[in-house]
Amino acid sequence: MTNHWVDIKNADLVLIMGGNAAEAHPCGFKWVIEAKKDRKAKLVVVDPRFTRSAAVADYYAPVRAGADIAFLGGVVNYLLTNDKIHHDYVKNYSNAGFLINPDFKFEDGIFSGYNAEKRNYGKDTWGYQMGKDGFVMVDPTLQDPNCAFQLLKKHYSRYTPDLVSKVSGTPKDQFLKVCEYIAETAAANKTMTILYALGWTQHSVGSQNIRTMAIIQTLLGNMGMAGGGINALRGHANVQGITDMCLFGANLPGYIASPTEADVDRKTYVEKRTPKPLRPNQMNFPQNFPKWFTSLQKAWYGNAAKPENDFAYEWLPKIDGAYDTLAIFEKMHQGKMNGFVCQGFNPLASVSHKKKVGDALAKLKYMVVIDPLITDTSEFWKAHGEFNEVDATKVQTEVFRLPANLFAEDTGSFTNSGRVIQWHWKAADGPGESKGDVEIIAALFQKLKAMYAKDGGKLPEPIMNLTWPHRIADKPSPAELLMEISGKALADVFDPKDKTKVIVKAGEQVAGFAQLRDDGSTSCGNWIYSGCWSQAGNLTARRDNADPSGLGQTLLWGFAWPANRRIIYNRASCDMDGKPWDPKRTVIRWTGTAWAGNDVPDMRPDAAPAEGVMPFIMTPEGVARLFAPGMADGPFPEHYEPFETPLDKNPFSPGNPKALNNPAARVYKGDMEVFGKAKDFPYVCTTYRLVEHFHFWSKHVRINAVLQPEQFVEIGEELAKEKGIANGDRVKVKSNRGFIKAVAVVTKRIPTLMVDGKKTHTVGIPIHWGFKGLTKPGFITNTLTPYVGDANSQTPEYKAFLVNIEKI
Amino acid sequence: MQITRRQFFKVCGAGLSGSSIALMGFSPTSALAEVRTYKLAHATETRNMCPYCSVSCGVLIYTTGDKSKNAKADVIHIEGDPDNPVNRGTLCPKGAALLDMVKSPSRLKYPEVREAGSNEWKRISWDDALNRIATHMKKDRDANFIEKNAAGVTVNRWPSFGFLASSACNNETGYITHKVLRSLGAVAFDTQARI
Repeated sequence: MTNHWVDIKNADLVLIMGGNAAEAHPCGFKWVIEAKKDRKAKLVVVDPRFTRSAAVADYYAPVRAGADIAFLGGVVNYLLTNDKIHHDYVKNYSNAGFLINPDFKFEDGIFSGYNAEKRNYGKDTWGYQMGKDGFVMVDPTLQDPNCAFQLLKKHYSRYTPDLVSKVSGTPKDQFLKVCEYIAETAAANKTMTILYALGWTQHSVGSQNIRTMAIIQTLLGNMGMAGGGINALRGHANVQGITDMCLFGANLPGYIASPTEADVDRKTYVEKRTPKPLRPNQMNFPQNFPKWFTSLQKAWYGNAAKPENDFAYEWLPKIDGAYDTLAIFEKMHQGKMNGFVCQGFNPLASVSHKKKVGDALAKLKYMVVIDPLITDTSEFWKAHGEFNEVDATKVQTEVFRLPANLFAEDTGSFTNSGRVIQWHWKAADGPGESKGDVEIIAALFQKLKAMYAKDGGKLPEPIMNLTWPHRIADKPSPAELLMEISGKALADVFDPKDKTKVIVKAGEQVAGFAQLRDDGSTSCGNWIYSGCWSQAGNLTARRDNADPSGLGQTLLWGFAWPANRRIIYNRASCDMDGKPWDPKRTVIRWTGTAWAGNDVPDMRPDAAPAEGVMPFIMTPEGVARLFAPGMADGPFPEHYEPFETPLDKNPFSPGNPKALNNPAARVYKGDMEVFGKAKDFPYVCTTYRLVEHFHFWSKHVRINAVLQPEQFVEIGEELAKEKGIANGDRVKVKSNRGFIKAVAVVTKRIPTLMVDGKKTHTVGIPIHWGFKGLTKPGFITNTLTPYVGDANSQTPEYKAFLVNIEKI
Repeated sequence: MQITRRQFFKVCGAGLSGSSIALMGFSPTSALAEVRTYKLAHATETRNMCPYCSVSCGVLIYTTGDKSKNAKADVIHIEGDPDNPVNRGTLCPKGAALLDMVKSPSRLKYPEVREAGSNEWKRISWDDALNRIATHMKKDRDANFIEKNAAGVTVNRWPSFGFLASSACNNETGYITHKVLRSLGAVAFDTQARI
């Protein structure tokens, strides 16, 4: 979230699309109700189902699963053609006036630079026009036909209300009504917040779904405002924190891109990732990259990381391609992996195409499951009737299952969706011989280290030199670790303006990332968390919930990254002179000498408005991007059909079969072949969560297993009538990858939509069942889902695929 | 004023003493007649967080005992933390049932192994489990570690080993897991953030 949970109460309009906060985030959804009650805010819900969020909405509009860009692109067109945009904001705080390479083209559904064989884009033509001064050329009148604003207008002029309705299935009048609600927040002092979740991310166009909303929020001037922003309602209690720690092959902690094979030495690596500003006077904050990266290497390798060995750059593995979940299981399926660890993760249930995942696991030599509960994955090798058909004697994988502690048995920090890091304390020991996760990883590492010390082996140096400053080597304390994450001075750190003045003494915790250095004098395990444990102590454990501004900022509760800032890009909540767009909801303002107010300013504190330092400090442009050349599948979001679609053409580019699905999405051999066709699988299927269950954990919890004991699927009344299915009948749902059987719930909540002139039915499936747990045994829903991901994030397309359904 | 035993305990639980209840102008007659004392009165309260969704609601965990060396703490009750600015004491149908997760019969208690081709689990000691796992890992790493690619560039990676890290773990777990994995040269790892 760019904003945070309590801030939702400051909105004038709450849009829930691609999520269902009332059921998936009930205690956060409370703030939507608060906004409605106290601010008379409106709630608009757009969803394929009439969810419980929709049930309390002021307005609901249905949409076909997988047609969000068609809908949102239509909103962009509505705002531009009806002139419902925040002009000053767009002109100054976005790249609307930036001139784009005149060779950039969009023809027949495809952007310039496409390579059909490799299914990717060369981005040579997607850049800016650079002036002689080394900066991007800008037309402040926004009239140049090659400026981002005019290209945006042209691109979305195709998204007419009629075509939007034809593709999305949303009746035209309902689509226009939603546009009207959204357009009202173009006023400088009105804000819309958007709450989305997996309903937007789990598509082959997932990242572009969110990009479309980023464009809308920029056009409306809603970023940086209290009650505004782009708010991803995330999954697990610490999914934000684990994302920040970047447990991804492609990133080091703090979103530092991993070195690749092309980064032959530290100099090449660092230079490539340290951008130059694209406009004069901009903060271009990523210019500090060398400080973040060097401080990380010092945290990991201490004295062994020194200028003479390029701060141990060589020890970091260099990646040669993708290592996301789908890529990992593809490699495993090809027999290229031997060992695998699942730490609190149940991939057999949670990754798409269950059969492929199960077959892949059976090719491993050894697998380790670290979990507090019995997961389905830990028993992938065991026959569980038709829920898991397998012959154990044929599975040669050696499987270890290690008992881990739960939240109640562990001390440490979680980061909530609003980026607030909060400390929690252990209440009791876990059952039996269970251990904490830190202890398990540490003990395993100590075993390995001892083996390398004794017997040697391949490249032992990074193992032997890894810093381990823990009082008990087998059991590092959470406090020791959070202090390492936050960072400290290894030598005295001096004020860059006065080289005689020490700002942090050697051995002291740093106060924040501004104090990090690239000369090896500081260490920091994750620069964005820097300052969370300063000389003042553990700031994540703060529990003062005072809210003097009334905005719900609670700056003394926990610690929000970065720098305890609660609303990021908050400089954009003020006009060019530093006056708040809405003084009643002042986040920060220019006092005449400094930025100050009800949040930590997202701006150099002494940057006077006249200096023209723009609010989006993490971009080299200094402004928000309407045109975003960094995306894998196009600088503007374009509607592509899901890989399994009820349509045979993309109505936005009917003449080009290459533009039917996302042309830049990665599809593995064998997976393309098992995508189903509409003639065999005529119904759109989407998967989701219930308020009584959480993923695949709560099926082990007695009360929740009693509340929702048995697997079911939901269908609309019209489809039920067509197929002769009554409420309570058992049905079989098939995709081209497998089937599940469940009880049918016939409901008015799933409307039948008219898409491209045809009646289109939707089948809805809650995901929570499996063959282990206290609920009645059920089928793993991901038996059905396709093995293809978003072109940027590789998040699988769980939300839109094709099935057939029959009464058993 | 009539007050039920349940309401009385609720008010007490909010931190008021019995005498201040009386000062508020009502006498909990029926409650004072109770022989059994309020069971949370002697429990230890620990501040923690719900592990389910990313609202990360504050919870209060009540355990038996006073955390002294010989008193074995046992979780007996979990409820919302009224001080938490986000959930303000509320919990959803999942969070309200957290005690049943802590006490689930599906909790793992001991390290186990399922040998290749076997149809059953076998209990083993932590030491055996970690030794066997570390032996597998070292053998695999030493056999498949790539020091240089075909172009002669030092790449130092271990591609035949994968790891899925948990978004339910603490930041500290995530950090140390990442640190250890990179030191081994592992690259094939990911989290639930993506799926």
